[in-house]
Amino acid sequence: MTTTLDVEHIDSTRIASWRLLLSNPVTVVSTVVLTLVLIVAVFAETIAPYGINSIDVPGALQAPSSAHWFGTDDLGRDVFSRVLVATTVSLKVAVVSVAIAFVAGVTAGVIAGFMRGWFDTIIMRVVDVMFSFPVILLALAIIAILGPGVGTTMVAIGIVYTPIFARVARASALSISVEPFVQVSRTMGVPAPYILRKHVLPNITAPVIVQTSLSLAFAILSEASLSFLGLGVQPPDPSWGRMLFDAQAFLGQAWWLSVFPGAAIFVTVLAFNLVGDGLRDVLDPKQRSIMEARAKK
Amino acid sequence: MTAVLSVSDLAVTIGHRSIVRDVSFSVEQGGTLGIVGESGSGKSMTVLAATGLLDAPASRATGSSKLDGIELVGASDKTLRGVHGSKVGFVFQDPSTSLNPLLTLERQITEPLEAHRNMTRRRARARALELLEAVGIPQPENRLDSYPHQLSGGQRQRIMIAIAIACDPGLLVADEPTTALDVTTEAQIIDLVRTLQHERGSAVVWISHDLGVIGQVADDVAVLQSGNVVEHRGVLDIFDDAQNKYTRRLLDARPLLGRSTPPETRPDAPVVLDVRGLDVSFPVTTPTGRSTVHAVKDVSFSVRHGHTLGIVGESGSGKSTIANTLTGLVRAQAGNATLYNSDGVQGAEVVKVSGRSAAAVRRRIAMVFQDPFSSLDPRGSIGDSILEPIKVHRLLDGQRARTERLNELLDLVGLPESFGQRYPHELSGGQRQRVSIARALALKPNVIILDEATASLDVSIQAHVLALLKQLQQELGLTYVFIAHDLAIVNEMSHDVLVLRNGESVEYREAADLFASPQAEYTRALLSAIPPERPRAAAATDR
Repeated sequence: MTTTLDVEHIDSTRIASWRLLLSNPVTVVSTVVLTLVLIVAVFAETIAPYGINSIDVPGALQAPSSAHWFGTDDLGRDVFSRVLVATTVSLKVAVVSVAIAFVAGVTAGVIAGFMRGWFDTIIMRVVDVMFSFPVILLALAIIAILGPGVGTTMVAIGIVYTPIFARVARASALSISVEPFVQVSRTMGVPAPYILRKHVLPNITAPVIVQTSLSLAFAILSEASLSFLGLGVQPPDPSWGRMLFDAQAFLGQAWWLSVFPGAAIFVTVLAFNLVGDGLRDVLDPKQRSIMEARAKK
Repeated sequence: MTAVLSVSDLAVTIGHRSIVRDVSFSVEQGGTLGIVGESGSGKSMTVLAATGLLDAPASRATGSSKLDGIELVGASDKTLRGVHGSKVGFVFQDPSTSLNPLLTLERQITEPLEAHRNMTRRRARARALELLEAVGIPQPENRLDSYPHQLSGGQRQRIMIAIAIACDPGLLVADEPTTALDVTTEAQIIDLVRTLQHERGSAVVWISHDLGVIGQVADDVAVLQSGNVVEHRGVLDIFDDAQNKYTRRLLDARPLLGRSTPPETRPDAPVVLDVRGLDVSFPVTTPTGRSTVHAVKDVSFSVRHGHTLGIVGESGSGKSTIANTLTGLVRAQAGNATLYNSDGVQGAEVVKVSGRSAAAVRRRIAMVFQDPFSSLDPRGSIGDSILEPIKVHRLLDGQRARTERLNELLDLVGLPESFGQRYPHELSGGQRQRVSIARALALKPNVIILDEATASLDVSIQAHVLALLKQLQQELGLTYVFIAHDLAIVNEMSHDVLVLRNGESVEYREAADLFASPQAEYTRALLSAIPPERPRAAAATDR
């Protein structure tokens, strides 16, 4: 009996990750959009055609026109300029707070799911307690302690979103850590930090990336709620969420006040989600082979 | 005799790929057709298409398949609903997932009766009792209110059969019904289906990758290779006078007692692993409170350098617990195990160590797991997986030395060097198992534990992997602990055999002695459960 195999011909040359990312048109478009949003965030003050606080009461609540692309608000301020400038703070709050939640939540969750035992019990009970408060109430409490402002808003939202990441990461890590390939590594004397880094983390990326995209959207909205309560961005500085809340009173008479900040949130969140999907596919070897096969055709 | 199912020119395509081509067969009342082939040969696809159950995305079936005169290929959902369960019953491979865990057995058995026969609850229950009795479930009236998790794998498969025959269908389709079961249970299920068929006169289509099993059940055999029927004849003709090369290869791959022997060894070789009085128990939570399961009871054995110790037993006998204890995945309550170098010196305790010294000892024992699909990290390349132990123990410095070692290891297990770049999903089951073996070899361990390492593979691939293991043992002087439930392959691999039952050592002797004159009742039962070399149909003519 022979032990040779008839090896099917799979082309095992690999294509660089960025090339694969760029081979997906959806990812390319969403990356371009996200880049534009970032550029706006950095240069908002210079791009904006009007000052964000140039009040013009006689010209209040004007519909979009060539002079004011997105119309004007109840104080006659240019909505387009305010949306542009708000990009900076909204994006900063969303990214920083989700980064805090991501790092803290995933670390705690992965270690809890992998180690189990008393550490897991403690972390998960803490998470349960945090979950039992409404998000805004908990954020309010944290800001009450730290004092209002953009910086504390970011910390507060970060802390409030940590338990979600901890739960998602822990559940996935728990199921991965009993997989035979992790047991094989254990039997070979591979230290736990190495297993966590090389086996557990890469295998939980899919749910964590999805959670990150979702949280970015919710973080923008949470910032809006906090600003509305007068705890986040202080008026007259604009943020997307703040503008949305201010627009509520004019929903019937001035649709442009709510539609444009809303559209800004929508486009940004969508771009984050689509880039996240593209990343997830490239990071998953199975999806990757399909993409490579397509790219080679 | 009338044909219950007649299939002609059946073809299946998925997307643009042709999966099954020009398959024709018919099954007569009271007859059994065996369909045999390796995984991916299209066996299941053929039968699913023929019975109208094909639902893979973008799949299309053409040709004709008539059951009692009703055309099933391209039939409407309504027609198929009337046929499934009523005229054709199905038994699938995995008894642990094919029953609904949330419903009692009564609900699941009476479901087809109420759907097709419009029976009342009372009458359906009475029928369910009859069926449970027919499939040999003890105390059926107590069992009706049980849930699937309260049954063993063999019992669950009996329930599946009871559901399949509930409406007295003219045709029973069994898709690898015994593959997930122990050999002794397999023999019981085969007997059960034969008896039921005899009593009820239904036709059976039995799908399996194992010609040994097919020989026990079938009257006719169709051999499938990559979607083509390469041979289709009576079972005796297939066994005695196989025309096709592929059929002969499948015949040769059957594990048979005494067909092949383990490599020659030096009888005076030093002992490498010495296990004394191993005792393991787990705490479990039961409805009546916490209790312990005594998984391994006072088991002792030793393995000599270059030898193979076979550990045999059914599921739940404690085989895997022994492996997990030796590799540190499970803690033992009592007993010890000493590991020596290949020259018999430098003893080190394996079971009762912890911390840093544990890692040093454990890397001298390597393990290959059963499931080739889950024992490799899907996110890491093959090269990463094989080199991992070398990296974490800092055995080789520099990328070049590691790549060389990787290529050397791939070569040892008969895989080309380019495989280092691939990911697990790009490999077949047999190839993955070779990768697992290469990874086990990476640290040059004193002992390799093979825990059902070939149980998930097709027989033909199993034969290749077993041959590879023997070849490596001869070339590198490896020492194996070979854990299996199939005595035939243990016979092929082992120099010594330990038979386990419920955690206790039943018989522990040299392989040649044990197979020549088994002492324990249980060993004899295991031996008699191996499918014989000749098909059952031959017994009548040979006599």
